[in-house]
Amino acid sequence: MTRAALVEAKSLTRVFDVSKPWLSRLIEREPKAYLKAVTNVSFSVGRRETVALVGESGSGKSTVARMTVGLLTPTAGSVTIDGIDMWAPAGASERQKLRRRLQMIFQDPFASLNPRWRVDRIVADPIKAFGLAKDGAQIRHRVGELLTLVGLDPADGAKYPHEFSGGQRQRICIARALSSNPEFLVCDEPTSALDVSVQAQILNLMRDLQDRLGLSYLFISHNLAVVRHMATRIGVMYLGRIVEMAPAAELFAAPRHPYTRLLLDALPDLGMTGRPRRPIEGEIPNPIAPPPGCAFHPRCPWAFEPCRVDVPALMTKDGNGRAAACHAVVAGRI
Amino acid sequence: MRNAADSTVPASAAPRTGAVASAPRSRFAAFLDSDLLHSFLRSRLVVLAALVSVAIVGAAVLAPVIAPHDPYDLKSLSLLDANTPPAWEKGGDPNYLLGTDDQGRDILSTILYGTRSSLAIGFCSVLLASALGLSLGLWAGYVGGRVDTVIMRIADVQLTFPAILTALLIDGVALAILRHHTVEGGKFSILVLAIGLSFWVQYARTVRGVTLVERNKEYVEAARLIGIGPLKIMFQHILPNVLGPVLVIATINLALAIITEATLSFLGVGLPPTEPSLGTMIQVGNKYLFSGSWWMVAFPGLTLALLALAVNLLGDWLRDALNPKLR
Repeated sequence: MTRAALVEAKSLTRVFDVSKPWLSRLIEREPKAYLKAVTNVSFSVGRRETVALVGESGSGKSTVARMTVGLLTPTAGSVTIDGIDMWAPAGASERQKLRRRLQMIFQDPFASLNPRWRVDRIVADPIKAFGLAKDGAQIRHRVGELLTLVGLDPADGAKYPHEFSGGQRQRICIARALSSNPEFLVCDEPTSALDVSVQAQILNLMRDLQDRLGLSYLFISHNLAVVRHMATRIGVMYLGRIVEMAPAAELFAAPRHPYTRLLLDALPDLGMTGRPRRPIEGEIPNPIAPPPGCAFHPRCPWAFEPCRVDVPALMTKDGNGRAAACHAVVAGRI
Repeated sequence: MRNAADSTVPASAAPRTGAVASAPRSRFAAFLDSDLLHSFLRSRLVVLAALVSVAIVGAAVLAPVIAPHDPYDLKSLSLLDANTPPAWEKGGDPNYLLGTDDQGRDILSTILYGTRSSLAIGFCSVLLASALGLSLGLWAGYVGGRVDTVIMRIADVQLTFPAILTALLIDGVALAILRHHTVEGGKFSILVLAIGLSFWVQYARTVRGVTLVERNKEYVEAARLIGIGPLKIMFQHILPNVLGPVLVIATINLALAIITEATLSFLGVGLPPTEPSLGTMIQVGNKYLFSGSWWMVAFPGLTLALLALAVNLLGDWLRDALNPKLR
């Protein structure tokens, strides 16, 4: 699977400059302030695979998603799609060819559709941008096909986005994302703005489309139940780093990293009754001034000396692709 | 059998023609049912303002047809007719309903033609100001950074001067540059330029504000994702979303532009007395006010006030009607 990976992200890092304006800094004698949103994140997505990234808000999941599709330039690291480096200097036509192969589904279905455009124009936009159809009739035919594919009526194309519900809008977003025949979709919390009943419909639609079209997903979410339903592999993020990466079933069955353990303990789920549930103590630290060593040590009940000094590396212990970044796990304390 | 065959042909064709025909009809029906029309009909004052505006604009457009005299036709003018009071006053001439000016021109006809030039200058300068303000505002808001800073500081500086002062300055500079080559309609273009350039700031600031909100929405990211360039994103994706507020400002500014043109003409830097506008007429009439010829300033002044008031009321209503917070 790793050999034929479709998408490879290698040590992605993104630093944001959150300094005050130059003049205020001069007067208040403050240094420049930087926010390390993502540090050293690596993952790969195989064909027809769904890799999920979970984490609290502020853990950098969305930043990873935006770097993976090329909306945000990484400060360091690289993303390769099918062996082609996305940020290597290439011709405009090469970039455009690469862009066609990846698409994104956004979080807010109310902001991701232009309110002044009719649905057929929205869905046809990528078709026109990549020159995938010869004439207007062909575009109309393809748009009708796509709307049917996501469970809408081709006649809905004449309507404006405000005439649809949240779930229907997300279907339109999926139709737009599919209109360039992509192989890889980045889904940035695609269901978090929807009602629970509609969430299931959208998730099932996405799985169905994955089977039919052979898609690969990078699935960003803060909802563990959703991720469990969708993902083949899961990466748990904490303060800009992946702290654990494991196949979905194993992660839920036997979490390694203390953060994952506490997260699953806190999860109210019928299938997990019998285990005492407790909230994780404390808050996610300020990413501008993160704690030294392991970023999780102030909240970790298993923390010992090295945790306050060294940043643990993501290490694989056994051969089945499980990896955790924790000193206590390496030392065999948990 | 034949009947059945006949009926299948129209049956398959009917939905198609029906769909084509229903699109404009449903749009019209939607307009008839819209909040905008309801709020328009609810306010009698706005309906009245709209009627007055339409009447004045209509009369101005149809001036060559309905005006009893042609004020541009020097052959028909006679100085003997000068300073005739309105028809109902003592010494009035039924030929000249609202009297004549100091050159013997019929006031009514001159008002009709004058409103024409005032409206033309108003429309053109609003068009220029909104096009300029829209482009600069979109550019500043979408690109941000230094471009934004430079454009908006220029706008701030210009905003500290009264618009009429800016217009006077531009008018003077343009006249000085063009002194040696007089062009046909040159004065008209200079006025449009002067008024247009003094009103762009308001559009730019509004459009920039809306653009700052819109550019961070996910539909813009979706467009960037498929490699659509900044110009196309600005004008195809964001522009339709900023047109609402621009329309409101344009309506309110139309009245302001007409008044500015009248002010410039009144100050003597506007249209020359040979091609009268409302402002020029008021300027000329003003000189004769104390000799008792009140009609030369009163009627153009009344027309200007009525036009400005009506358009302003329409603009105010439009602003409130399109603002969802005030509904």
